[in-house]
Amino acid sequence: MSDSPLTSPFIPNTDDDRAAMLAEVGASAVEELFGDIPERFRHPGLGLPAPVPEMELRAEMTALAQRNFHAGEHPSFLGAGVYHHFCPAVVAPLVTRGEFLTSYTPYQPEVSQGTLQGTFEFQTLTAQLFGMEVSNAGMYDGASSLAEAALMACRVTKRSRVAVLDTVNPHYVDTVRFYAQPQGIEVYETDPASPELQPETACLISQYPNFFGCLEDSQALTDLAHEQGALAVMSCDPTALAMYKPPGAFGADIATGEGQALGIPPSFGGPYVGIFTCRQEYVRQLPGRIAGRTVDTEGRTGYVLTLQPREQHIRREHATSNICTSTALIGLWATMYLALMGKQGLRHVAELCYQKAHYAASRIAELPGYGLPLDAPFFQEFVVSGPKPAAEVGAALEQRGIIGGLDVSRRYPNGMLFCVTEVNTRDQIDRLVDALAEVGR
Amino acid sequence: MTSMPGAPLREEAHNRRRLLMERSRPGRTGVTLPASDVPPQLMPEQTMLRDDLQLPEVTEGEVVRYFTHLSQLNFSIDTNFYPLGSCTMKYNPKLNEAVAATSGFALAHPAQPEAQVQGCLEAVFRLQTYLQEVSGLPSASLAPLAGAQGELAGILTLRAALDARGDSNRRKMLIPDTAHGTNPASAAMAGFQVVSIPSTSGGDIDLDAVRAEADETLAGVMFTQPTTLGLFDRNAVEMCRIVHEAGGLVYGDGANMNALLGRAKLGHFGFDVVHMNLHKTFSTPHGGGGPGAGPICVTEALAPFLPGPIAVQRDDGSYGSEMPAHTIGRCGGAQGNFGVLIRALTYISLLGGEGMLDISGNAVLNANYLLARLRPLFELPYDRSVMHEVVFAARKRPGATALNVSKRLLDHGFHAPTMYFPLVVPEALMIEPTETESKETLDSFIETLERIDAEAAADEDFLRSAPYETPISRLDEARAARRPELRWRPDNE
Repeated sequence: MSDSPLTSPFIPNTDDDRAAMLAEVGASAVEELFGDIPERFRHPGLGLPAPVPEMELRAEMTALAQRNFHAGEHPSFLGAGVYHHFCPAVVAPLVTRGEFLTSYTPYQPEVSQGTLQGTFEFQTLTAQLFGMEVSNAGMYDGASSLAEAALMACRVTKRSRVAVLDTVNPHYVDTVRFYAQPQGIEVYETDPASPELQPETACLISQYPNFFGCLEDSQALTDLAHEQGALAVMSCDPTALAMYKPPGAFGADIATGEGQALGIPPSFGGPYVGIFTCRQEYVRQLPGRIAGRTVDTEGRTGYVLTLQPREQHIRREHATSNICTSTALIGLWATMYLALMGKQGLRHVAELCYQKAHYAASRIAELPGYGLPLDAPFFQEFVVSGPKPAAEVGAALEQRGIIGGLDVSRRYPNGMLFCVTEVNTRDQIDRLVDALAEVGR
Repeated sequence: MTSMPGAPLREEAHNRRRLLMERSRPGRTGVTLPASDVPPQLMPEQTMLRDDLQLPEVTEGEVVRYFTHLSQLNFSIDTNFYPLGSCTMKYNPKLNEAVAATSGFALAHPAQPEAQVQGCLEAVFRLQTYLQEVSGLPSASLAPLAGAQGELAGILTLRAALDARGDSNRRKMLIPDTAHGTNPASAAMAGFQVVSIPSTSGGDIDLDAVRAEADETLAGVMFTQPTTLGLFDRNAVEMCRIVHEAGGLVYGDGANMNALLGRAKLGHFGFDVVHMNLHKTFSTPHGGGGPGAGPICVTEALAPFLPGPIAVQRDDGSYGSEMPAHTIGRCGGAQGNFGVLIRALTYISLLGGEGMLDISGNAVLNANYLLARLRPLFELPYDRSVMHEVVFAARKRPGATALNVSKRLLDHGFHAPTMYFPLVVPEALMIEPTETESKETLDSFIETLERIDAEAAADEDFLRSAPYETPISRLDEARAARRPELRWRPDNE
């Protein structure tokens, strides 16, 4: 090890500083401060590479990034829960201002009003978008948000089974199981055409639009859940909600969503933000953080983290959830995106997705050997059955410089789930159609 | 309150904080978007559509000014010393941000075939290897999306291993009374019964209490090393032995790993599972409450049960992504918080193995320096050399409670320490300076606390109304909870 203070650009202590501080502490070497660690465990050796200076590391990481075949260089028609949407250039520099980026969870509200008011804005805009009464400050992602919704439904109804339609994103179903099963909650999948609800079923979970892009009869599903004394839980794509009736309009009790669609880069899986909205009457059962409005000692409006008796730092093993650090910054990103888009802009984006996806679907359906196995209404994603195995088609598209749809052949023979959003130009769609035609020949 | 010279008039300050919906004016927009370039398609039936969407209509300039103003109401590492104990508020390098924003990483989609995302998979694999090395444990999953989710995933992995060997009657989880609240909350979510274990007067775990619970129902223990008292627990190795002998497993909370980097490996002490907070030890920004990442490292025996997916290197040198044989499943929708992982990888690569030793050495030295200098002002419940942080009890002067001292620190531009935690120390002030603060900053912090002590000595009531110079004074939290206002509504203006 080098004792040189120049090893790290982040450590200000010089040798002189260390000497002065050690004298104050009453130790002769830094090593002495680790005296409580039994000798035999100390200095185990660390098999990490030697330091790489910034200039070289930047080049190395850029080279690593370039090994990806990515949507920055190739048209992508892959969605399946994570979407490429346009985000105005202003968001990134604003959200990564150091005052937002490098602050902690707002435990001291007097010096955290920026984060707290930003969170209050997030709660306002997501509640409005979802047509629901209240929203929390956000969860890790759409899947964990849905899982916590299932747990909350069990708390509210005091029941212990969770019904999930088999048209819900399979990774979301896995995540619901991950959270629910250890608590003795049974998770079962059921057919959307005739959902099976049992007396012990706490909630019926549906996805809107569903994993395969289709819009189901959400009113019927919500009514069915309520008839059985269960809660209706909907996992929604926020972009679709700029255009379609929101979950609140169907009477959903809890509605969650993947906030990534609100201009957040896909970033190979995260960080994203889970949206979690529900009826006002359940606020004391909510998981996670919540910002609330109040006044200071002089009557000025301000914001605080509120309803904290639900949380782990107060209730410990009796808390509604274990959430501590969540994804506040990504929530702020989504908030800025929604503010810039506004009601007109977001609606326009949703309609562009719809128009382009329907154009693509109709053109692909005309190709020999291709078909659309589902006839339900869809938003921006649709299943295509191809003339060859999906993996083969995907590889052929890659050779032609296109990122293809998700392989869903386990459910639909030679099935691929394509996604088209506002970022896909007509030229890109036509290229996709031409490439698919070639592959099919 | 006395108004600061130059402070904006009250009305102006209020206007600058108007909410987005209050700023909204029909016809304004903050974005330009293209027209459709495809032939018109038939729209859905009107009954499927909504006409009630309310979102703000504001310009880009207004959004920038509003959020810039909001940002300036925050304390942050970039602007202030932030000695929040157990949170490891070290400087967050800007290089991390630049690398994470590289289009090849930011635009990679988690559902792309492996062959298309070799760069991402290699990055995850490398970080996995580094974290295994740092923890001294041979396997890892980087899927957990935050520290608390890492805890949950860690003890579910532990539970799956117990169940697989037929020990599904073992549901008792021991948790020291000094533990972070997420430990018992995670244990409850994982279906365990929590038994709280006291600490000795020396600040170590009470081994007799552990022995008394070491029976055939014992699942294990969740243990933070160094502890939240800022101490290296001298009984932890023996505790691991007792728990293992009784058939249990040991979960190590690595929240405070900054102190141990390169000095010792948690896996060597006998921990079977360890989670790490990349947003603490490995410098990724906290973002006002996330995102974080909570990777877990485990022994070989527990590896088959890890959550997935996990990056693997195949025989041909390419990288893949797999679910372990007996995995407990997925804790999120995609692949983990890759954007956070790539920042941590950048940090470790920049500093290398040598840099890790510099981190722990300077972090521990800074904490001990604060202990030595602040000792006259506060009670010190455990009079020992500390690791990464020091916990005092603010009980020497009436009026100078942990809360009041914390609030007055804000007036001087210092973020408060963690207050009233750990619960075993009354009037706790938990101070973690980290390695990235200079002696000058620490000295200034010390002098400020001395001044605050003098203020409390002169006037017992003075601190009770602090802070005086922050954008807003103490807030009525009881009112917020009694009548929750959780969003803007057109009628509550």
